[in-house]
Amino acid sequence: MPEKPVLFKIRRQASPAQKAYWEEFELAWHAGMNVISSLMEIARNPLTRDGKATTPITYDSNCLEEVCGSCAMLINGKARMACSALVAKLEQPIRLEALSKFPIIRDLSVDRSVLFENLKRVKAWVPIDGTYDLGAGPRLTMEDQEQAYPLSRCISCCCCMEVCPQFNRQTGFVGAATISQVRLFNTHPTGAALKRQRLQALMGDGGIQECGYAQNCVEVCPKDIPLTRSISEVGGAVMKQAIGDLLRR
Amino acid sequence: MAPNPNIAVVGGGLAGLAAVIKIAEMGGHVDLFSVVPVKRSHSVCAQGGINAAKNLKGEGDSPWQHFDDTVYGGDFLANQPPVKAMCEAAPAIIDLLDRMGVPFNRTPEGLLDFRRFGGTLHHRTAFAGATTGQQLLYALDEQVRRYESEGKVTKYESWEFLSAVLDSRRMCRGICALDLRSMEVRTFPADAIVMATGGIGAIFGRSTNSVVCTGSAQSALYQQGCYYANGEFIQVHPTSIPGEDKLRLMSESARGEGGRVWVPKNAGDRRDANSIPETERWYFLEEWYPKYGNLVPRDIATRAIFKVVYEHNLGIDGRPMVYLDLTHIDRATLDRKLEGILEIYEKFVGDDPRVTPMKIFPGMHYTMGGLWVDYNQATNIAGIFAAGECEYQYHGANRLGANSLVSCIFGGFVAGPSALNYARNQSSATTNGHFEAERKRQEEINAGLMRAEGSENPFRLWRELGELMTKECTVIRSNKNLEQADGNLVEFLERIRRVNLSDRSMWANTSFAFTRQLYNMLQLARVIAQGARLRDESRGAHYKPEFPERDDKKWLKTTKAYFAPDVDEPRFEFEAVDISLIPPRIRKY
Repeated sequence: MPEKPVLFKIRRQASPAQKAYWEEFELAWHAGMNVISSLMEIARNPLTRDGKATTPITYDSNCLEEVCGSCAMLINGKARMACSALVAKLEQPIRLEALSKFPIIRDLSVDRSVLFENLKRVKAWVPIDGTYDLGAGPRLTMEDQEQAYPLSRCISCCCCMEVCPQFNRQTGFVGAATISQVRLFNTHPTGAALKRQRLQALMGDGGIQECGYAQNCVEVCPKDIPLTRSISEVGGAVMKQAIGDLLRR
Repeated sequence: MAPNPNIAVVGGGLAGLAAVIKIAEMGGHVDLFSVVPVKRSHSVCAQGGINAAKNLKGEGDSPWQHFDDTVYGGDFLANQPPVKAMCEAAPAIIDLLDRMGVPFNRTPEGLLDFRRFGGTLHHRTAFAGATTGQQLLYALDEQVRRYESEGKVTKYESWEFLSAVLDSRRMCRGICALDLRSMEVRTFPADAIVMATGGIGAIFGRSTNSVVCTGSAQSALYQQGCYYANGEFIQVHPTSIPGEDKLRLMSESARGEGGRVWVPKNAGDRRDANSIPETERWYFLEEWYPKYGNLVPRDIATRAIFKVVYEHNLGIDGRPMVYLDLTHIDRATLDRKLEGILEIYEKFVGDDPRVTPMKIFPGMHYTMGGLWVDYNQATNIAGIFAAGECEYQYHGANRLGANSLVSCIFGGFVAGPSALNYARNQSSATTNGHFEAERKRQEEINAGLMRAEGSENPFRLWRELGELMTKECTVIRSNKNLEQADGNLVEFLERIRRVNLSDRSMWANTSFAFTRQLYNMLQLARVIAQGARLRDESRGAHYKPEFPERDDKKWLKTTKAYFAPDVDEPRFEFEAVDISLIPPRIRKY
């Protein structure tokens, strides 16, 4: 275990309009440090490595248990959650940067609302009649539950979109997370009522055909969601529906 | 009379979203405010499950039994009628969540599976793996997104509540909020508001709570005249994973599925856990509480662990930790029912709990206290309603595991319609000068903060606050120390006036937003410390060795704190508890 000081290089940017720059920080080593606890330490003592006063780092975080999806950033170039990035397991200096494919807000904080907009576009919900008491839901086998549950653990961190070569302004690709949610809701007995509309939303520009099968998404997913499997299943369904629509015309 | 009122809901966790759904369904419009995108709210951290007496295991469970367990578990401090209503509503809430698509674990027949939790002898807890809160929050989030796409809900994410806008009759007419990006202060008119701003863990520095659980909004309302009830009742969860930045929760479901708590019988036993033979392990909970074993309620398990560690000096390696052991359970069962939490332990500690017993210790987890509300979830200020952890209503002196999720959703389901009905019966305000006045008041506070030329770092001050509160206001309390702690809090309130914001920019300035929260945390901390000082008895989570017994004659009462602006500190009143349904009896597990 390293017991010498821990070195951080952090890419800072005061606002979207201003230029980015790097700052270095040196922290005393202690067991159990992770990237978030280090950022908290910098806030308690906002001095750069050469002793210059600076501002605490702006970053997104909330649960610190890797379940809220807030603290995704680039750590040594890799998209991942900062709370579960243990300093002892990272190469130094530890480089921290904001995710690169989302509008920057400040320092390590970005705007990922695009994912929530995409979820609206594909109607990622079960269309229930109302919240009054209508009795139990549909029965599900243990297997069905075991297939749905992992898909439902997506934390909307957007790492899969960050690492996808096709996720960019030119393609407008919705990205793996949204496609996987389509699979989740299309396989739910009641959710399937909107199946056609969801698949329709994934046709055309920015839809599922933009996927280039780079498979980066499934590699980077912190929750090990079978994203490529989702893409291939939903892709097949979109294709089938598109052909059906064509023949029906 | 507004036929389609506009309701401001503050907070997008389970309680807030539950209120939003009801209001939208009943024809109201909602402005939904949250400091984080609502899908990232703290409700995601709830792990083990949600209670409802569905009686699907042939055990003769019933809503009445659930009600009795809850009231008894809470040491009779909760008003009984709303608790009964919650327990009666719980089975239909589970059905609704099931219809919304929550992937609850199933039995071979395809029905919902239930597990055991603390403080009951029944299998009453429905669960989705060990990430039940996440799954529930997502289900509600999806329904709210549906209403958002229909124009019935407008989200204001990344906005922080600063205060309620009160008119000259002290009726609530809207809220004043801060845009956490542009730092703009704005007022939003509303016909009623629902507060659902969650827990207060940050007051204790490190806790199992998320970063946003500061209690700042509740404190702001308390300072504006809302009663804050039972603040001294703080739940310390027996099993958390100590960490640098937070205490990560290790769900009670680990014990619900058979996990056993033990320490080596011999102090200083340095052997690896797995090589300590059965005969040299002390399963103290099973020994002390043969009926409930490892599933005694949280306050009891926490005090037992404290006793073993600090009185018997039997913490692992002499350190404040005990074992929570799952290694006797087969891997497939663990993965099917507990994977989410095992993964957390593995990722953050580095050991596999399927093979190695986990090392855990109690950590601050939940506040039973909160904004005072009536049975319609209305606070004492007209037009302000509250639901979820930020109010006090359902858990008495100690909350049972897996009751928080059901109280959030039930509370939201009551608060939403109550707020809407209230709004429909109100005439609109005659003047609106109070909006401008409130905005100016908040902007002046902000300007003062930006101007301050002191030397106090708010994050360091926060750490001191957390250490003080954890030491004096959690498991074991004494009057002398509580008095001293309150004195320290007064000093902290002085020191925060001499703050130095190292960041004075007007864009996404987190130090600035945090310092405002910290001021409110300090004010609320005094309510907790003084409330604990006043209550000379032991009840539920409030344990004072000087007064080791429950004293129903003097203290079967709700504590109600209110803010006295002239002296800048809390004052207290006490209110009788409604015990009309179950007569109090001695609580002994």
